[in-house]
Amino acid sequence: MNLFSIFVGAILVNNFVLAKFLGICPFLGVSKKVETALGMGIAVTFVMTLSSIITYLVQIAILNRFGLEYLQTIAFILVIAALVQFVEMFLKKSSPGLYEALGVYLPLITTNCAVLGLAILNIQSEYNLIQTIVNSLGAALGFTLAIVLFAGIRERLDLADVPESLKGFPIALITAGLMSIAFMGFAGLSI
Amino acid sequence: MNNILIAVLALGGLGLLFGIVLAIASKKFHVDVDPKIVQIRENLPGANCGACGYPGCDGLAKAIAQGKAPANGCPVSSSEAALKIGKIMGVEATVGDKKVARVLCKGCKTNTIEKYKYEGITDCKAASMISGGSKSCDYGCLGYGTCVDVCPFGAISLVDGVAVIDKEKCTACGKCVDVCPKGVIELVPYDQEVFVDCKNQDFGKSVKVDCKVGCIGCKLCEKSCPFDAIKVENNVAKIDYDKCKECMECVIKCPTKAITADLDKRKKAFIDEDKCIGCTICAKNCPKDAIEGELKKVHKVDQDKCIGCGICAEKCPKDAIEMK
Repeated sequence: MNLFSIFVGAILVNNFVLAKFLGICPFLGVSKKVETALGMGIAVTFVMTLSSIITYLVQIAILNRFGLEYLQTIAFILVIAALVQFVEMFLKKSSPGLYEALGVYLPLITTNCAVLGLAILNIQSEYNLIQTIVNSLGAALGFTLAIVLFAGIRERLDLADVPESLKGFPIALITAGLMSIAFMGFAGLSI
Repeated sequence: MNNILIAVLALGGLGLLFGIVLAIASKKFHVDVDPKIVQIRENLPGANCGACGYPGCDGLAKAIAQGKAPANGCPVSSSEAALKIGKIMGVEATVGDKKVARVLCKGCKTNTIEKYKYEGITDCKAASMISGGSKSCDYGCLGYGTCVDVCPFGAISLVDGVAVIDKEKCTACGKCVDVCPKGVIELVPYDQEVFVDCKNQDFGKSVKVDCKVGCIGCKLCEKSCPFDAIKVENNVAKIDYDKCKECMECVIKCPTKAITADLDKRKKAFIDEDKCIGCTICAKNCPKDAIEGELKKVHKVDQDKCIGCGICAEKCPKDAIEMK
């Protein structure tokens, strides 16, 4: 499997939100405006790529060596939680602009199942380090693509004449379902 | 046994490692936060209601510290808190007029009639969709408590089919005002004592059928008001709270008792005979000619005529008139 097909596959075919249904919480929660959706997407990209590298190293260096594969979930959660904290502190000091832009989304990611899901999937697919990075980047960009597209639609929905009982979340859920069906079209893509 | 030990050591070691890294990082990457933000945040209520227009109390604290929001930016907290925040910022905080929400309706179960038996979900929005609700009055409080549910401060309760707002608990966040399908809740000044508790815009005859205490638009209040503060518009009286002196003349005149006020709180003017210099300013300004007295002699208030508007006390140059 070459890197390009992993990359495109992660963005479109196996889109985290619309094909694997991971990370639905931020997908619905922070998608009211394109601007905030993009902020969330960038934050997720940042954390996903970093955390998958570190979880990969933890898997190889600690879990596999001592035969502790069954501790994978709890170990990865530990890594992600600590990493997000660290990144937050680091950004606050070194790049206040980026910290402001990411805002509340950064700590939110700690509990995002997409980040943990990706870390576990990388191991399950038996990727090497380079493939892991490419896959993570692709998955995160796929998440960003989905949430930004969704936010764009929701912005327009605010202006649309939606029946009273469907206003707000109901129409958002229907939209998400339709988007998911649209993304199913990529399932036939063979690279 | 060995397996468990390895597992504990590995995970514990990992946790310890991350803990140490984070501890070092928190020291190394420590950023001084403006202490003002912390202090201001402590003086805000912390309900994160969003009535100020900022995302939560933290957002407002930051905006105040940066000077983007006024010290009294929180419409919910007490005036004392605003003064404290003003002190932190080193500015005189001007306390805005405190407001409270009020349900302008007295159409309780005894005063109104049920048009039909409503057995749907207990929600005013749902109830109002069926020919405007089950109450005979199309403008009044339906009493299914949608506002009670939305109030974050527990200030609203239902009393005999009408929502009543506790003036002391209300913070004027405006959520009930937005949610009421009848638009019968309004923000009014906290100190105001006199209200027209009716929103019915129908003509007098049909109001009388619908509700015992509805405003019939007879304009008796309008004529009785010495200050031009009450006006009948669209068949319902409306008080201009800026002009109202709370003399309660309209309350006495109102034939249907649609105007509410506690008549026991009505004040009377008393002239301090030692201070009065007989300038006649009070007598000239009294809208009811209740003050008599010759120039340079001590004046007297005719207590039967006095309506307690307080104009004389305001105008007296010697502060000789007391309202009590």
